[in-house]
Amino acid sequence: MNKQVPLLFLNVIIIATCGLIYELLAATVSSYVLGDSVTQFSLVIGIYLSAMGVGSWLSGYLDKDLAKRFVEIELAVAVIGGFSAPLLFLTFASLSYFNLILYGTVFVIGALVGLEIPLLMRILKDELDFKKLVARVLALDYAGALVASLLFPIFLVPKLGLIRTSLLFGLLNAGVGIWGTWLLENLIKKRELTILRIKGFIVVILLLVALIKADSLTTLAEDALFADNIIYAKSSSYQRIVVTKGKTGYSLFLNGNLQFNSFDEYRYHEALVHPAFAAHDGQPKRILVLGGGDGLAVREILKYPSIESVTLVDLDPLMTQISKSVPALGELNKNSLNDARVSVVNNDAFVWLDANNAEPFDIAIIDFPDPNNFALGKLYTTRFYNLLKKKLKPDSAIVIQTTSPLFARKSFWCIMKTLEASGFHVKPFNTTVPSFGIWGYALAKLEPFEAPQKPSENIELKFLNENSFASMFEFSADTNLPKDEEIEINRLDNQALVRYYESEWRRFE
Amino acid sequence: MKLTRREILTAFFGLPFALSACRSNSENKPVAGEIVGANVDVGHILRENRNYEVPNNNWENVKVAIIGGGAAGLSAAYKFQKSDFSDFVLLELENKIGGTAQSGTSDIVPYPWGAHYLPVPFQENAELIALLDEMSLTEGVKETGEIIVKEQFLCREPEERVFYKGRWYHGLYLHAGESETDKREYEEFYKQVDFWVNWRDSNGKRAFVLPVADCSRDADVLALDKLSFGDWLRQKGFTSERLFWYCDYACRDDYGLKLDQTSAWAGLFYFCSRVRKSGDESQPFITFPEGNGRFINFLSDKIKDKTRLKTVVLEIVPSEKGVDVIYLNTANNEIRGLRCEKAIFAAPVFTARFLIRDFKKGAPAHLQEFEHNAWFVANLFLKDRPKTRFARDFPLAWDNVLYESPSLGYVNSTHQKGLDYGAAVFTYYYPMCHEENARAKLFALDHQELADIVLTDLSRAHPNIRELTEKIDVMRWGHAMISPRPNFLWSGARDEAQKPFRNIHFAHSDLSGIALFEEAFYHGIRAASEIISAK
Ligand SMILES: Cc1cc2nc3c(=O)[nH]c(=O)nc-3n(C[C@H](O)[C@H](O)[C@H](O)COP(=O)(O)OP(=O)(O)OC[C@H]3O[C@@H](n4cnc5c(N)ncnc54)[C@H](O)[C@@H]3O)c2cc1C
Repeated sequence: MNKQVPLLFLNVIIIATCGLIYELLAATVSSYVLGDSVTQFSLVIGIYLSAMGVGSWLSGYLDKDLAKRFVEIELAVAVIGGFSAPLLFLTFASLSYFNLILYGTVFVIGALVGLEIPLLMRILKDELDFKKLVARVLALDYAGALVASLLFPIFLVPKLGLIRTSLLFGLLNAGVGIWGTWLLENLIKKRELTILRIKGFIVVILLLVALIKADSLTTLAEDALFADNIIYAKSSSYQRIVVTKGKTGYSLFLNGNLQFNSFDEYRYHEALVHPAFAAHDGQPKRILVLGGGDGLAVREILKYPSIESVTLVDLDPLMTQISKSVPALGELNKNSLNDARVSVVNNDAFVWLDANNAEPFDIAIIDFPDPNNFALGKLYTTRFYNLLKKKLKPDSAIVIQTTSPLFARKSFWCIMKTLEASGFHVKPFNTTVPSFGIWGYALAKLEPFEAPQKPSENIELKFLNENSFASMFEFSADTNLPKDEEIEINRLDNQALVRYYESEWRRFE
Repeated sequence: MKLTRREILTAFFGLPFALSACRSNSENKPVAGEIVGANVDVGHILRENRNYEVPNNNWENVKVAIIGGGAAGLSAAYKFQKSDFSDFVLLELENKIGGTAQSGTSDIVPYPWGAHYLPVPFQENAELIALLDEMSLTEGVKETGEIIVKEQFLCREPEERVFYKGRWYHGLYLHAGESETDKREYEEFYKQVDFWVNWRDSNGKRAFVLPVADCSRDADVLALDKLSFGDWLRQKGFTSERLFWYCDYACRDDYGLKLDQTSAWAGLFYFCSRVRKSGDESQPFITFPEGNGRFINFLSDKIKDKTRLKTVVLEIVPSEKGVDVIYLNTANNEIRGLRCEKAIFAAPVFTARFLIRDFKKGAPAHLQEFEHNAWFVANLFLKDRPKTRFARDFPLAWDNVLYESPSLGYVNSTHQKGLDYGAAVFTYYYPMCHEENARAKLFALDHQELADIVLTDLSRAHPNIRELTEKIDVMRWGHAMISPRPNFLWSGARDEAQKPFRNIHFAHSDLSGIALFEEAFYHGIRAASEIISAK
């Protein structure tokens, strides 16, 4: 067996490399999806190392069949480590107890890896004297770590991606396990050898299949996520909130849908807020914002010196909280939600309007996500607009974001008809926001009015000027009211809008 | 003898499901909650069939006593009020008003214990429309003359979804995976419905309309009452499993009976009576978080001072001049008497033979024909609603039906209030039409056993329902609904039962043979009008 010893040392290098790779994978995946890489890296490393300690300690309880155990542990590491990255990506999107899975996986891999080296040393102890054994094994162990830490950022992540790397190193581990059944042949009973080899091949086949399918796995998980770095990600009871930072700036995603990109959000928000002020004849004092928990609409509102109070109603306390506390967002919204005039209410706007008897407002800005489900669809119904009317004065002005008149043309005009059916006079308008495409809004009042032609005086604006302002009220041939189609009014008891929206956006999926 | 969990679940859901349920969670934590509703002992007192003596100073005079505070009794009181007649009292045995249309309250939303919706009445139903107007539920009339009900009181979309083989689908009829035959038969079925929707007798009367009293008595229509709805479907050559399921569900939902237990007349009534003309949709539903409890509360608020709760009528004794009503006040166990000119009997019809002294010795034969079925209703208080499991699953609706279950599924009480996140109250309905000896079985079960039935059933669709449920309250309805079995509705028994007996006028919805708010309302108004016009 003596001539096999160098080969077993090669195993040590491979094992060590694999171990560190899994650790790096877990840390990267978690900082990728959870944000806050410093915390994620130190937690993962800490848990991993302590789990290795637990594994080493447990190795003291293994007395018999060391070679067989060694091979089995290799195979276990191959499966768990190899599938760790795909598992983490797939569960991240759907599970609220993702953290548990993450740290659990890290711990199990760590413990198994912690078992490997002591076992190998005990297997080798009859071949070498103790002094040399410890020196070589540990040296190679650390060398393996170096190999891993160099390969990982330079080659593996950029060339293979996280999922393929994970599966590939699983294969290496499985290889070591199977190879071990030959290297340690004399130390394992004949019958068990066959069983171990069969197990080994099953593991290899599983990993190979996954590797071949890795492309679809990757699109499922990794690529379907975000192109940019995640700087914040957390699930509230209502939605998954992700903030990314990329070349063009910061982006906010709710349930994977882009809400804004800092590069052009000013276009969206200036169009959302200033037409309402331009259409208001007096000095607007009390402002209502429904949705808009990112604080960007409020930033625009606070540009008007006449403002005395802003009431912002947003469903998600986490959203409004991070708009105050995540520095990138606070900077972008100019800390608007911390302004003394702003009060934040966390409630479903429908429920709030129904139950609340707040004094009427001068201006209302309504910035809900698009009506892609029934819970959102109710926020665009005649009932909703009738509830809203009770919170307005005769001369109040409102603006509503009303999805894209290009991509969802019927949906857009359905909202206009619904507003009219609720007793509003409506001036539809649209503008271009590169991140979204052509985007639509409704400017509405309870009294007849002319569409304003320019923004109010003395307000500092980046996008709107006299030219761009007036042109927003023009619709092109492919976005204006479809002539030959009947469009229903959106009511609670028909939710026509959700149906339109579904069928229109499905074309682009 | 105590049944095992497996025996109980087998009785309710069949053996295969019971076995798998017992395998997957053999040890279940107890669930909080209680059995609510009327005291069972009261029923026993009534069946003792005794004559009661009232101490001399416990007599009171009142012109009219209304016996029973369900929708029918309250409608009679409403009619009295509207006619400026105020010398009446309403006696209700429970500590809560409303009978099978009562509701409960919670921190989140109020919720129903029984009746939960009312289809928008046709314009002809003027008296009921007047009530809706008074309740400010309407906003004008359409060009067609039909009333417009305010949007917020019409059932909000999505109204229904059905769970089948692990997935939720839109609607009640299961379209997913239907074969060509299924499709053809479904269309053919609606042609049959259309035929009866458009049918008129020689006097221009509809075959099926609300109230039942306005339906045609033409022999062609009444012939439908002689066979079961299942037989009718088979005679017409229908075979589609999902069509049979759909019709069976309709019968269980509206009548608490299976397809083969329900009269074909009643089955078609369900599909035809709320459709104005062929091609029209069925009338939309008016609903509230607390279901028909909204009507009950509106009606009862006006007569609080005339209402006596915890008041069990023990005996009704017709006399030369009027009628004596003897009751037990269960709050202090006092027996008292009312000397009345008239009484309105708005308690279930079958109880007349235990209450009316003349009937105690020998009840008229027609009373024997009034049979009831048993139900139980559970309200689940959830800390959060079950999450959608598959992206393509149809989301939580108002009415959520399980195709493979003998229950009716559940209604989500937070739906109509627009609450779409977080805590919720689900009202689960189980008509016990599959069980022999249903009533006895129902009352043999304790709270934990009933709660387990509910949770086990719902865990088909919501595996984590046990963790989400904070509390389950259960109502056992021993005599939930009158059973429109074949040969009952048009046997003449109802006509007999509706005739006043001496000074007693009858009002319970049982008299229609069909348990609906409209019918209870109709009979309440009718009985009160009979008394008013006699004056
Ligand atoms: C589970 C369930 C679901 C239903 N869903 C619907 C629905 O969605 N829509 C619909 O229209 N209908 C529904 N119904 C039927 C509906 O509840 C009835 O048609 C209607 O409310 C019945 O009113 P009622 O007054 O005729 O009878 P009940 O509700 O039976 O009222 C009779 C009252 O008399 C009282 N009483 C009985 N005996 C005595 C006594 N001796 N002394 C004093 N009081 C006594 C009872 O306590 C009770 O309150 C449902 C019924 C059930 C059980």
